[in-house]
Amino acid sequence: MKKHIRLVSSQGLQKNIVNRGCGECQASCQSACKTSCTVSNQVCQKQ
Amino acid sequence: MRQPGKEKLIHKFAYRGTHILLDINSGTVFEIDAVADAVLDHYGRRSKAEIIAYYKNRYAAGELAAAWEEIADLERQGLLFTADALAGTYNPAGEPTVKALCLHVAHDCNLRCRYCFADAGEYMGKREIMPLSVAKAAVDFVLASSRERKFIEIDFFGGEPLLNMDVVKATVDYARTKARGCGKEFRFTLTTNGVLLTEAVRNYLKDNGISVVLSLDGRPEVNDRMRVFPGGQGSYATILPNIRAMVQLLNNEGYYVRGTYTRWNTDFASDVVHLVDLGFKHISVEPVVAEAAAPYALTPELLPVLAQEYERLADIYLERFEAGDPFDFFHFNINSESGPCLPKRLTGCGAGHEYLAVTPAGDLYPCHQFVGRAEYRIGSVFTGIERPELAQVFRQAHIYNKPQCRECWARFYCSGGCHANAAAFGGSLLAPYELACALQKKRIECALYIDVRKRAAAGDK
Repeated sequence: MKKHIRLVSSQGLQKNIVNRGCGECQASCQSACKTSCTVSNQVCQKQ
Repeated sequence: MRQPGKEKLIHKFAYRGTHILLDINSGTVFEIDAVADAVLDHYGRRSKAEIIAYYKNRYAAGELAAAWEEIADLERQGLLFTADALAGTYNPAGEPTVKALCLHVAHDCNLRCRYCFADAGEYMGKREIMPLSVAKAAVDFVLASSRERKFIEIDFFGGEPLLNMDVVKATVDYARTKARGCGKEFRFTLTTNGVLLTEAVRNYLKDNGISVVLSLDGRPEVNDRMRVFPGGQGSYATILPNIRAMVQLLNNEGYYVRGTYTRWNTDFASDVVHLVDLGFKHISVEPVVAEAAAPYALTPELLPVLAQEYERLADIYLERFEAGDPFDFFHFNINSESGPCLPKRLTGCGAGHEYLAVTPAGDLYPCHQFVGRAEYRIGSVFTGIERPELAQVFRQAHIYNKPQCRECWARFYCSGGCHANAAAFGGSLLAPYELACALQKKRIECALYIDVRKRAAAGDK
């Protein structure tokens, strides 16, 4: 257990490119925003 | 020896005594203490001994050394200061694939909201209703343009789409019939102001699995200052019963109640609370996009107030969560463990190549906010994409091609922001709208703080 630093979560974004990008998830503007693009709150279709 | 650059690979911030560290390129989130926070201010630029000497009057040398060792250990493990997987370049592969349409079934509206970007539904054109022939051609176009994609999205939009309900229904039937023949599936959403959300319409939307975005700004006086009928009277009393009945019918799932805040309600967290107290669980309240000259516009001097308001909203969000009565705020929905993949984050909203808007006459634009601006007309549902070079311009308008985004810590969260805002305020797709960026960054920090607190609460149980 680290004393000064605690790992909260890791998604390994930098490894998250091979065989990904299926494009089946929702277009971000279709969900609720229509005026402010936020992509990181979208849900992956494969999860 | 000084090694510049490590500080550009992380972002850290503190709120309510919680210090949060983000490893930008991996998306890894850490909670750190004040000692580690202080060490990180100099790590990589000064030696361990120099850092200990620098802080000798504030922290014990042993604590500083321990924090330094932990950081170095994480770096050795490849968990901190992660390099950019794509080294700052990205060229989307393959041909553009259009898989989402914003179908403007009515360029007309029964409200005259004072901040409407769509010019009271007319989009700088004339009042117009989409004929079924255009809607069917749009369905045929997206089926053909979606290539291997299985899921296709259509959002019925306007103006007010319920002014053309017959075409909405016929389009849903047509699309589902056509999709069955080619192994695809349509997902529908409908964005409405709620005025015509009658019992029959509510039942139709539920029975057909259509997700709804319901416009309501919050407290009665806030809503009625901006969302008014043509005669000027407020809409709250008319729309609230309809919207509540819709949400009740949907068993509180499959919808968003969406509000807009302006400079008249910089205390917009109170509007979110109002919506929550009305029983709504899925809420999005967003900043108005308006020219600085508009009386209700958000302007840079308001940023400190707005930032504080997002913090207040984060506190309220957590209070309700911890009390067992949670609600969902669209911009706080960041899951630091399972967000979208890197290609999605690089694609962004997809406007102009993955997502297009269709006017009542069948013209195609990069998104609903470009409609009516002739220089952005990209094609037609009858002839397809006529300007593939414009689609490429949008496809290339990603974070690595935007100077301000390239080194911004938030780039994998907002994906470069809204193209329409960039074009309107920065004069270029590659120049993000700074006010929106500042708000976006604050929202992301609040969302990460919430995520850290929720995970800590789950770990305690």
